[in-house]
Amino acid sequence: MTTRRFAWLRRLWSLSTGRFGLIVVLLIGLTALVARFWTPFDPQRVDVANRWDAPGIPHLLGTDGSGRDILSLLMAGARTTVWVALGAGLVATLLGLFLAALGALTTRGVREVVAVLVDILIAFPVLLIAMMLSSVWGGSLWVVIVSVGIGFGVNIARVTRPELRRVLHSDFVLAGRASGLTPFQNLWRHLLPNVAPVFIVQLSWGMAVAVLAEAGLSYLGFGAPVTEPSWGLLLKDLQTYISVHPLSVVWPGLAITLTVLGLNLLGDGLREATDPTLSRRARAARPDTPQPAVVS
Amino acid sequence: MIRYALTRLALLLLGLFVASALIFVTLRVLPGDVAQLIAGMNSTPAQVAAIRDRLGLDEPLPVQYLSWIGGVLRGDLGTSLLTGSSVADELVQKGQVTIPLGLLSMTIAMLVALPFGVISAMRRGHADGTAINVAAQTLAAVPVVWAGMMLVVVFAVWLGWLPAQGFPRGGWSDPGLAFRSLLLPAITIGVIEGAMLMRFVRSATLQATGQDFVRTAAAKGLTRNQALVRHGLPTVGLSIISVLGLQVAGIIVGAVVIEQLFSLPGIGRMLVADVGARDLPKVQGELLVLTGFVLIVGFVVDLVHRAIDPRQREAE
Repeated sequence: MTTRRFAWLRRLWSLSTGRFGLIVVLLIGLTALVARFWTPFDPQRVDVANRWDAPGIPHLLGTDGSGRDILSLLMAGARTTVWVALGAGLVATLLGLFLAALGALTTRGVREVVAVLVDILIAFPVLLIAMMLSSVWGGSLWVVIVSVGIGFGVNIARVTRPELRRVLHSDFVLAGRASGLTPFQNLWRHLLPNVAPVFIVQLSWGMAVAVLAEAGLSYLGFGAPVTEPSWGLLLKDLQTYISVHPLSVVWPGLAITLTVLGLNLLGDGLREATDPTLSRRARAARPDTPQPAVVS
Repeated sequence: MIRYALTRLALLLLGLFVASALIFVTLRVLPGDVAQLIAGMNSTPAQVAAIRDRLGLDEPLPVQYLSWIGGVLRGDLGTSLLTGSSVADELVQKGQVTIPLGLLSMTIAMLVALPFGVISAMRRGHADGTAINVAAQTLAAVPVVWAGMMLVVVFAVWLGWLPAQGFPRGGWSDPGLAFRSLLLPAITIGVIEGAMLMRFVRSATLQATGQDFVRTAAAKGLTRNQALVRHGLPTVGLSIISVLGLQVAGIIVGAVVIEQLFSLPGIGRMLVADVGARDLPKVQGELLVLTGFVLIVGFVVDLVHRAIDPRQREAE
């Protein structure tokens, strides 16, 4: 049983893109975890004597305009990134599954209203939602999490709903009902495991959007507060000195790009690895559908 | 077609209504006392009352909503709380930067996406096709802000070819200078958006190669590439039109960030400033215009797609 349950993981690992994505995402997660307890230097320690140190020993990636160690700032920033990605993922999951269930399991009237609403909401750019919320509550990481969660929850709902309906009308769900499973048991044993692949793929892409949105909004001043380490804020800080110290700007950008690329490729890989309807041959011949629009 | 157009128009109107209602509820209803929020903590009751009076906050909410929408339909998007200027006038003025920026970005995105997307599909499995695809994947993961900074480092700081920031005070009275200051920002948005669009083009081209009519054309004596270019590419063009709405939304979002980075006096930068200053009536008007624009573009795109795609016409 165990081997079958984890077969998708082996398929994911056998894809070069999936493997790359998985490694990068695990690495970022691990960095965030380590940074919780240890960074080479205190990321917020100001050390005027060592302003703009070039990369080397002891500051591997150099220091910024107030002598803060850039590597430590990046590690601490990974914590913020992971936290926003997970938070936005959770909000998107709850909202997406709720809307999908509402659109698949209820009466026809409700279903159509939900479908139209989802179609309309999907046109709203995440950044505009975030700015709308910021103008009332001020910018914060919560605003980023909620707005990406809403924006991507709608996306998840749109993709998951038809899948949920398909599974709902399948023979094994009917058989489950006939053999006396309660609706909840049926949902847990048959519906969710069959919808999960579609949904996890979306989630991975949604988290990539969350990372980009956090960076963009923190750069604009509507994300992380200045006391919080964040890759977007670091870009904003370093931009002021871009003509004198262009190299330092490279690092936070690379960190963001790598994380987003990792999540995107993990999503691509998961989609290939978990799709049971496709044989290997068909998989090779099928053109890849592009990911949804990435914001900021 | 007319039946479809009317249904789609109804959906657009519904969309505009939902958008305006959401904006209204978020900016007017959810904050509780809007006047207090705008006036700030250290305001006197008289100041708060003055704001309440100016915004008509004592009216019932449906009346407030209707008077807002009534104004919008007459072209009155409200006035700024801070400067007292008309929001519509400011949008028109700032649009002189943002609209050319958007058009230029769109053109660059197309110039990047079309040739590279088709080539990477036709050269699938070859080193060059794969290289283009990997580059597109990577570029699509780059944050727009950082891409802009890197381009500034190369083209403004090191090479000194283009200005790093700003827009001429005289606006378009010196078209050459104005164009030059929009070039780097537009390249930034265009390349990143183009990389994303490229994946659609690639996917559409790959789909086209598998179509019956392309195979038939090849069977009648065309080479595979000739068949693809003559008979397959029109369908690629159609699928690109269908994602144009998404592109416009991407470019608006890109403009908000990029105008900040390059200090361009456009709509995006104005929105950032107004959100920061909590000029809620102004933000309300700006958000309605931007989301309305995205919805209307989606509507037009759907109609055009329907009108020129023979398969969709026959489906009726």
